Amino acid sequence: MALERWFRRNRPTKNEDDNSPAGLWLKCESCNAQIYRKDLVANTYICPECGHHYRMPVEARIALLADSGTFEQWSGGIEPEDPLEFNDAQPYAERLQKAQQKQGRPDAIVTGAARMGGQPVALVIMDFFFMAGSMGSVVGEEIARAAERAADEGRALVAITASGGARMQEGALSLMQMAKTTVALEVLAKRRLPYVSVLTDPTTGGVTASFATLGDIIFAEPGALISFAGPRVIQQTIRQDLPDGFQRAEFLLQKGMVDDVVDRRALKERVVEVLKLLTSGLAAHIEGVARAAAV
Amino acid sequence: MPLPFEKPIDDLEAKIRDMRAYATEQELDLGSEIEALQGRLDTLKRETYASLTRWQRVQVARAPGRPTGLDYLQHTFDGFTELHGDRTLGDDPAIVTGLARLGDVSVAVIAQQKGRDTKENIYRNFGMSHPSGYRKAMRLFDLADKFRLPVVALIDTPGAYPGLAAEEQGQAWVIAESIRRMSRLTVPAISVVIGEGGSGGALAIGVANRVLILENAIYSVISPESCAAILWRDAGEAEKAAEALRLTARDLVTLGVVD
Repeated sequence: MALERWFRRNRPTKNEDDNSPAGLWLKCESCNAQIYRKDLVANTYICPECGHHYRMPVEARIALLADSGTFEQWSGGIEPEDPLEFNDAQPYAERLQKAQQKQGRPDAIVTGAARMGGQPVALVIMDFFFMAGSMGSVVGEEIARAAERAADEGRALVAITASGGARMQEGALSLMQMAKTTVALEVLAKRRLPYVSVLTDPTTGGVTASFATLGDIIFAEPGALISFAGPRVIQQTIRQDLPDGFQRAEFLLQKGMVDDVVDRRALKERVVEVLKLLTSGLAAHIEGVARAAAV
Repeated sequence: MPLPFEKPIDDLEAKIRDMRAYATEQELDLGSEIEALQGRLDTLKRETYASLTRWQRVQVARAPGRPTGLDYLQHTFDGFTELHGDRTLGDDPAIVTGLARLGDVSVAVIAQQKGRDTKENIYRNFGMSHPSGYRKAMRLFDLADKFRLPVVALIDTPGAYPGLAAEEQGQAWVIAESIRRMSRLTVPAISVVIGEGGSGGALAIGVANRVLILENAIYSVISPESCAAILWRDAGEAEKAAEALRLTARDLVTLGVVD
């Protein structure tokens, strides 16, 4: 049942944590088959037995999408702060430090320039392994800067989303990132530069309700949980069982919310194709003809 | 029904009422005594409300009997005419939209609406919108742009409704769209948080040139209860969560989130 998969994935085990010292083998979190960790990684973090898409580290995602050697990082120059001085079971400042040490970056995002199939793009990739990819001020700001710089440099924007939602520890400042990221996309739209968003597992809350679903084209990875409210909250609200596959990518496709569900192995190709299609319209054609005539 | 910390105020108000009634009944002049009590009441109110904890302010923001969107539309504005429907799916009772006059100027108004009693609360889904409600709001944005009507949005919602149909109809999509659409307004927009500013469901009509908030209203990225359930693993720790979240009007001014 779809709901069971969600709960199982929420329980971190050594095998499911891509950053722990790897055992040679692991049991697929979906089909339970014994698989070599090496095979999983080589198969772009897809179970070779059942095709289940695992969550993928940012660096592997960049390698998957960017033409070899073309990625130049933009993000990393902004450090998160603790404006609310937030303390729950653990002070926010400590949580941040731990996550920064674990992931080797200031916050839950990497952005940069690259080529995909030769085309210039800006990549925005959320890091779910950093505080569940939650969107605080730094994530919001890096996204906004990436969109603005992409517009400046004439690049299409490709965003890979993965997030537990807005970062609670920054309170209303996190909420405002929803507005900031949304508005930042306007400069791209004005220049008719494509924005392709790829919703990966899980994409939830304030991220889904802002920049993630404003792509000109929206792709989703197979089986990805894509939601506004979490399944548990909905179940508690309506006091009923949820339909099979509720809030999964395939369900959203049926409901008309995404352009397609795309297997990770075909993702680069599909994104490149759609970028080419969007930028080869009449204006581009006329320009091309004019240039050829001028020769 | 008074909140616990309002009980002393309630008692004093009752005492003054009784005294007035007694004075009238007995044809006595208790003017100066009543005035003294009234003075004490004013001081008590001022001191009480000045020193509320964040959790207490949450209670005030949510208090039944607190003025709702329609109360303001009917009393602050003139000639309010309600406009219904999203032209696609239905008419969400959790959001009220329409036209009204503020002084000499016609304005487009959007108000999240809670119920003024249990029956209305159920009808209005406690102010929690479905996608249809946000679509209705976006329709008003279009009307406002076309006819150059300033927009006034009154925010008062626990959040966008976390229901089955709401998710199926693209609740997240429509909130993102509404944020974007509101940011594209070519007319001045003012949003006022009059009660509860429930996260994205509130922000969807809160992207304004000026964002105001009433003294005892709150605006938060997550409810204290949900925050407590996730970070303290116990929804009962909502009071601690409310403190941590800095969600009161004063906090929001300090954080620069409201004007």
